[in-house]
Amino acid sequence: MGKIRTPYLLLLPGFGFLFTFFILPIINLAQTSTQTRIAGGDTGEYEQTLRFTNYLDAFVENKEQFGRSFLYATIATVLALAIAYPLAYAIAFKAGKYKNLLLVLVVAPFFTSFLLRTIAWKQILGEEGFVVPTLRSLGIISQSTTLTSTSFAVVMGMTYNFLPFMTLPLFASIDRIDPRTLEASGDLYANGLTTFRRVTLPLSMPGVVAGTLLTFIPAAGDYVNAAILGNPNTKMLGNVIESRYFKIVDYPTAAALSFTLMAAILILVTLYIRKAGTEELV
Amino acid sequence: MSQKIKDATIPTIPLGARIQRWIGRNLIRIYAIFAFTYLFIPVAYTFAFSFNDSGKSNLIWKGFTLGNWQNPCGAPEVCSALGNSIKIGFLATFFSTILGTMIAFAIGRHKFRGRSTSNLLIFLPMATPEIVMGASLLSLFLVFKINPGFWPTVIAHIVFCISFVVVTVKARIASLDPRLEQAAMDLYANEFETFRRVTLPLVAPGIAGAALLAFSLSFDDFIITNFNSGTLTTFPKFIYVSAARGIPAQANVIGSAMFFLALTIVIVGQLVNRRKG
Repeated sequence: MGKIRTPYLLLLPGFGFLFTFFILPIINLAQTSTQTRIAGGDTGEYEQTLRFTNYLDAFVENKEQFGRSFLYATIATVLALAIAYPLAYAIAFKAGKYKNLLLVLVVAPFFTSFLLRTIAWKQILGEEGFVVPTLRSLGIISQSTTLTSTSFAVVMGMTYNFLPFMTLPLFASIDRIDPRTLEASGDLYANGLTTFRRVTLPLSMPGVVAGTLLTFIPAAGDYVNAAILGNPNTKMLGNVIESRYFKIVDYPTAAALSFTLMAAILILVTLYIRKAGTEELV
Repeated sequence: MSQKIKDATIPTIPLGARIQRWIGRNLIRIYAIFAFTYLFIPVAYTFAFSFNDSGKSNLIWKGFTLGNWQNPCGAPEVCSALGNSIKIGFLATFFSTILGTMIAFAIGRHKFRGRSTSNLLIFLPMATPEIVMGASLLSLFLVFKINPGFWPTVIAHIVFCISFVVVTVKARIASLDPRLEQAAMDLYANEFETFRRVTLPLVAPGIAGAALLAFSLSFDDFIITNFNSGTLTTFPKFIYVSAARGIPAQANVIGSAMFFLALTIVIVGQLVNRRKG
């Protein structure tokens, strides 16, 4: 009798907490998203209505930032995958006894506040940093080209900040591959590329899926990189939501945007998981 | 024998081809070195500029000093912000580790109705962008006329830490050999004793890892904190706010010190684990 109840008793406090402080707020957000400004009321005064056109307005007004969020997040995710996959592979198969140490080094930058690191990038890429003068004197970029306050800097910052999120799950699944399967593939006359395409990559797919999700989701909602490394023309959806909340006090639009962002991410994630064929994520 | 082969083969290959072959063989190592350089450039920069004799704004190198390290609280507000971050971090870690570990045991050890729904409820917070989570919690607090501040921030941090604790601890539980527990039962340990003397010690490293992860997530969080902390300043918030007028070098000192402290904890932890293993 007690045995049947045990799991529920274990779940109760945690799920009670998550229900109160995660599910309820999301429901409340949905409610807020259809509110209407009270005619003649103060700033920030809204009444509960079912004004679904808030969504349309919010989307039409901010479709540029919307597109940019998903574009930047996609590029950053692809770049992070391109950097992290060989890195994870090298740590798993080539590091020998230094495997654990290198793994710690992947996570180590995390411990310096990510804002400090982002601001460090801003200064490194800035006019007083060493990168821009070097590239200019080498003629790689023109004298008038700057690197900060560009979309390049924003995407690079996002790639940088989410790189460990990509590397760790990739490492976890590449490390689980038995090196003998790769030898076997070679014995069966597959060349390096075929072995990678037909053996290594499929076996590491759970890591690829988990890593891309852990990178894409925070990247799509990010606004810190765009705020520090970008300019007004690189604003992402996160920047709009933030300013609607804090500067304009336009809660319904902010809520509608948040909700649309979450829904879009959930749909993309579901499609992606279906396509990648991995159900076991958590 | 091997000497002979070397003598016989090497001179026939031209230098260019040999370099090419060496690069081909070590390509992935070279690549990894570049990746690590990319990861560590801003950390090195932050560390270097913690020694900058910069005055108020730490933008341009003005000269070497140890002053910032000798007086890390020298800049106004920086240490109170750090204190808030540490307090919030400990509270969020404590509660999220307990709640998350319980959930991990329920899902990892029991078959029950609603198990897949439970998995979904754990996955959802991880699939929600921070800004949505932060904004929605803020609206809830506003509805109930709770002012943003210390405790709302702690609550928000517990929310996003729980899922990561569950996933980490569950992975550890899944890797346990069930025969160890069966052996304990065979030796007449009752369920509670088995749990306390066998299961819990085996899962403990997973719980410790989860707690460390929770603390670092909480300590470094900015977006959710920014929404729910009101006038309270945490360390990341301090950096963000002062970025406009220049960050004092003391912030670099604290960031670098955290880096070395965490690195030491992790490496010592690994050494202890290795000795046990």
